Amino acid sequence: MEVLFYTVLTLCVLGILAAVILYFVAQKFKVEEDPRIDEVEKMLPGANCGGCGFAGCRGLSEALVKRDDISALFCPVGGGDTMKAVAAYLGKAAAEKEPQTATIRCGGTCEKRPRTNKFDGAKSCAVAASLYVGETGCAFGCLGYGDCADVCSFGAITINPATGLPEVDPDKCTACGACVKACPKRVIELRKKWPKNRAVYVSCVSKEKGAAVMKACKAGCIACGKCEKVCAFGAITVEGNLAYIDPLKCKLCRKCVNECPTGAIKLVGMDPLPKAPKAAPAAAPKAVVAAAAAPKAVEGPATIALKATGTNPLLLLNAKKAVMDSKADKSVEGTVVELKESGLKPLKFMR
Amino acid sequence: MANKLIVSPSPHVQSSQSTASIMRDVVIALMPALVVSVVVFGLNVLFVTALSVLSCVLFEYLIQKFVVKGACTISNWSAVVTGVLLAFNLPATIPWWIVVIGAFVAIAVAKMTFGGLGKNPFNPALVGRVFLLIAYPVQMTSFPVVENPALDALSGATPLAAVKFGADAGIVPVENLMLGLMPGSLGEVAAFALLAGFVYLLVRKVITWHIPVTVLATMAVFAFVVALTRGGDAALLWQFPLFHVLAGGAMLGAIFMATDYATSPMTTKGCVIFAVGIGVITMCIRLWGAYPEGMSFAILIMNACVPLINKYVKPKRFGVK
Amino acid sequence: MKTFPMGGVHPQENKLSRGKAIEVLPLPEVVQIPLGQHIGAPATAKVAKGDKVLTGQLIAEATGFMSANIHSPISGTVQSVDMVENGQGLRQMMITIKREGDEWVESIDRSTEIKRECTLDAAAIIAKIKDAGIVGMGGATFPTHVKLSIPPGKKAECLIINGVECEPYLTSDHRTMLELGEEMLVGVEILMKAIGVDKAIVGIENNKPDAIAHLTELAKKFQGIVIEPLKVMYPQGGEKQLIAAVTGRQVPPPPALPIDVGAVVCNASTTYAVYRAVQKNMPLIERVVTLTGKGVKEPKNLLTRMGTPIQSLIDAAGGLPEDAGKVINGGPMMGRAMINLQSPVTKGCSGITIMSGKDAERKEIGQCMKCAKCVSACPMGLEPYLLAKLSKKRQWEQIEAEMITSCIECGCCQSTCPSYLPLLDWVRLGKQTVMGLIRARMAAQAPKK
Repeated sequence: MEVLFYTVLTLCVLGILAAVILYFVAQKFKVEEDPRIDEVEKMLPGANCGGCGFAGCRGLSEALVKRDDISALFCPVGGGDTMKAVAAYLGKAAAEKEPQTATIRCGGTCEKRPRTNKFDGAKSCAVAASLYVGETGCAFGCLGYGDCADVCSFGAITINPATGLPEVDPDKCTACGACVKACPKRVIELRKKWPKNRAVYVSCVSKEKGAAVMKACKAGCIACGKCEKVCAFGAITVEGNLAYIDPLKCKLCRKCVNECPTGAIKLVGMDPLPKAPKAAPAAAPKAVVAAAAAPKAVEGPATIALKATGTNPLLLLNAKKAVMDSKADKSVEGTVVELKESGLKPLKFMR
Repeated sequence: MANKLIVSPSPHVQSSQSTASIMRDVVIALMPALVVSVVVFGLNVLFVTALSVLSCVLFEYLIQKFVVKGACTISNWSAVVTGVLLAFNLPATIPWWIVVIGAFVAIAVAKMTFGGLGKNPFNPALVGRVFLLIAYPVQMTSFPVVENPALDALSGATPLAAVKFGADAGIVPVENLMLGLMPGSLGEVAAFALLAGFVYLLVRKVITWHIPVTVLATMAVFAFVVALTRGGDAALLWQFPLFHVLAGGAMLGAIFMATDYATSPMTTKGCVIFAVGIGVITMCIRLWGAYPEGMSFAILIMNACVPLINKYVKPKRFGVK
Repeated sequence: MKTFPMGGVHPQENKLSRGKAIEVLPLPEVVQIPLGQHIGAPATAKVAKGDKVLTGQLIAEATGFMSANIHSPISGTVQSVDMVENGQGLRQMMITIKREGDEWVESIDRSTEIKRECTLDAAAIIAKIKDAGIVGMGGATFPTHVKLSIPPGKKAECLIINGVECEPYLTSDHRTMLELGEEMLVGVEILMKAIGVDKAIVGIENNKPDAIAHLTELAKKFQGIVIEPLKVMYPQGGEKQLIAAVTGRQVPPPPALPIDVGAVVCNASTTYAVYRAVQKNMPLIERVVTLTGKGVKEPKNLLTRMGTPIQSLIDAAGGLPEDAGKVINGGPMMGRAMINLQSPVTKGCSGITIMSGKDAERKEIGQCMKCAKCVSACPMGLEPYLLAKLSKKRQWEQIEAEMITSCIECGCCQSTCPSYLPLLDWVRLGKQTVMGLIRARMAAQAPKK
């Protein structure tokens, strides 16, 4: 009994002693911090991806609370809604940014861009890029060792073994920009995110002259300028042997896609525009309707395309491919493209 | 030219050593001790060793194939090394099922859960042995009687145990310690065979001398100081240190267990600190602890300190004073 | 026998061409001269398409102090000054010249007679070296006149001549010392005068006993030149390692330079080029290139004009072997693998090593088993396994604290790794990134001052 008593007593005394010491230590080393930082941090997504430019969500929270003007701060993961909520909480004006998504601007698949040598070093784009031109003849394109996929905290990027190129899952991508920084070739760009992940962009960053591009890759931009001419919105510029589609000016009209002779302009989430006479864009829906009404006549739109373009076989192929694609993908019921600013009526594709 | 040119950053030459060749060298270095063990304890030694090796390799294969689902790693011989070392830490008369349990603990618990070769913080063979020592103390400490007239006095008890319980350090002649004519675990008994293995490892540049020599030297110095304080016989001043260096698992531990790559520090300076720690802890356990032998505990304790040593003990940088 | 204090490896030497006398490669028909073939700013082209040039004529001028002149290695017509693919397939500004005859600039003395007397003062010697466009020919291509211009407040105490040639396979310095030893020693004398020291040490690894004996004999005719045989150990030819081996002094980590410990190091071939520049007015337009490799029919030491396509050297040695896998500009430890064999020989190209068959491919990467061989092999006292790990994780601040900028990229770590991990690939990436961050930091601090 006595033993039990002493045991309990000792433990109690020890406990009280430790509590007292802890209390004083906590007082002594207390860090005064604005409690709002914690609150703001709770509002942020907590991914700690660094996409905002700070070491983590905590860093951004501190900056948001401390700075008077927070218009330069933005959490790409949380997006506009989160920023609005934070700004409302702090009583400051938030930055507004359109949602963005990472876009791989290289179409040099294994098939289109033959390998001319074998890289045997550490499987890292940065290592290969600092050593030499890369496994292909193109000095600008994707190297394919997946530095972008490695740095992505959201698992949004995977390397497709068939093409040797990375693919972005726009639903997972938060536009934190880690991949943009990691890519030594600057192939990845954050572009405006359209509804249903639609996109039109030049899938090439080569600033080589046309002939050199053709030699290295069959899917490169040769800076022929056709897209620039056809664009009604001034969204396309050709500079330094490379076409670029401004994501903020582009209205997804897709005319450039058909013009591109190498297929360097990539179209995502939509059907290509069947070829129509340049002067009468209204003819385009008709062609589609015709194709939809008479699915047996596969060459329907192709024939129209032929009439429209003369005998450019590449354009013909594009048109034909469009029909094949639309036939292959029956799961999508219809796609509406909004073209409010263009003055064109929305196009509806029936299948 | 038909082939594509290969491009890689420099250097363009690679080591002639490989993980497998290093591990194979360790196994070769352990062979003299195995031969002596067979001579001293009989053919049962071979059975225990083979069983231990097979179980280790099998467990690694199964785990790698069905749990980790990675590339097959048994071809790098590391599981074989673990198997032999585990067997060397067991008595020759151990029941077979205990060997298998030990192999399971060594490979599955101590090695593969941490990610396999190079990532385990503790020496797998020693974790296996210590687990068995605690779980099956009776079987793990019943050593076969060595048929040697000189050893009548201590049949069944290791010299260390005998000394612990009061016998004189000169109880076993130095020749017997060298030749392994004493009771003990399979591989720990023959000092000269282990030394031969040590020389082989040095020649093949598998290990450096720092850890083994420092461990043994620390133990010798420690024992010498203790002998001094105890006073008494002048002969004890050299007998006591020599006995502690040669008896028990000191040699096996210092040469083969403490030098395990993954569980020893990365710098020479760190290795010396690590080795001194092992020597001191071993001697403390041997002299004042509950167990007659403390080598395995000492190595495991110091294994735990390795990340700390790696963090704070940096090599001498070129040009920095 | 002396060597450097820590780390180092001893790879198979494979000096296949050690017994082959220097051969003169026939003049190339077309040469390509990169404007940036030295450390520092690329030179500025002084010729345009269609210009006629003579052998030895200045065709590109140094852009500022940290740069080097470039001279035409042949006589002929400039075909273009344009971006051309280099050995790594990257576009680089090059002057392309088509050969017509072999006409030289008149001031150049092409006789082989040795001219010992040098009456010029230090400044005039350095000016001549600068005019001749001499850069470190051991591979680093650091402009020699910059090295010889001792900054104010510093004092050179000793000149060290680098005759180590620790790279496996390469023998160009070895043959230069053996066949042009006396000229080289005159060059040593000139360099001593240029930096104002009365002592020079020629460090030569002990695997070149013939060169050691030959130079020791010749050095008797000279004042203050000592030949120092060194233990064979890679990377003894590294500047810092050589200084430590010869003088016992360790150059502190960057930004410290060899001159901070009173040493100036100059490569053996460079010293010979200095002799030719100062005594014979010969600019740096040719060099000895070792063409070697296990599969090569006839490994050779070729006296080659700059700008010669590497393919013609390979042809001179019996063509590319059937199973050739890798062509390296330089030796196997630090050389750069090439994909374009039409690329030219440059000032820093001491050899072309061709790796055949299995030697050309890296072995399968294993798992790090923490054997610490890389740590003990590192001649700079770094921990390559840790640097590689941090670099892979992109932890640049920690990697800087671990002194990654001290790395000399010698490759000892990777060549000693039994798991064949690409340690240096990662470490080099980390070093490049950290150097970039340091430069950015300095640039950010500069305007504030």
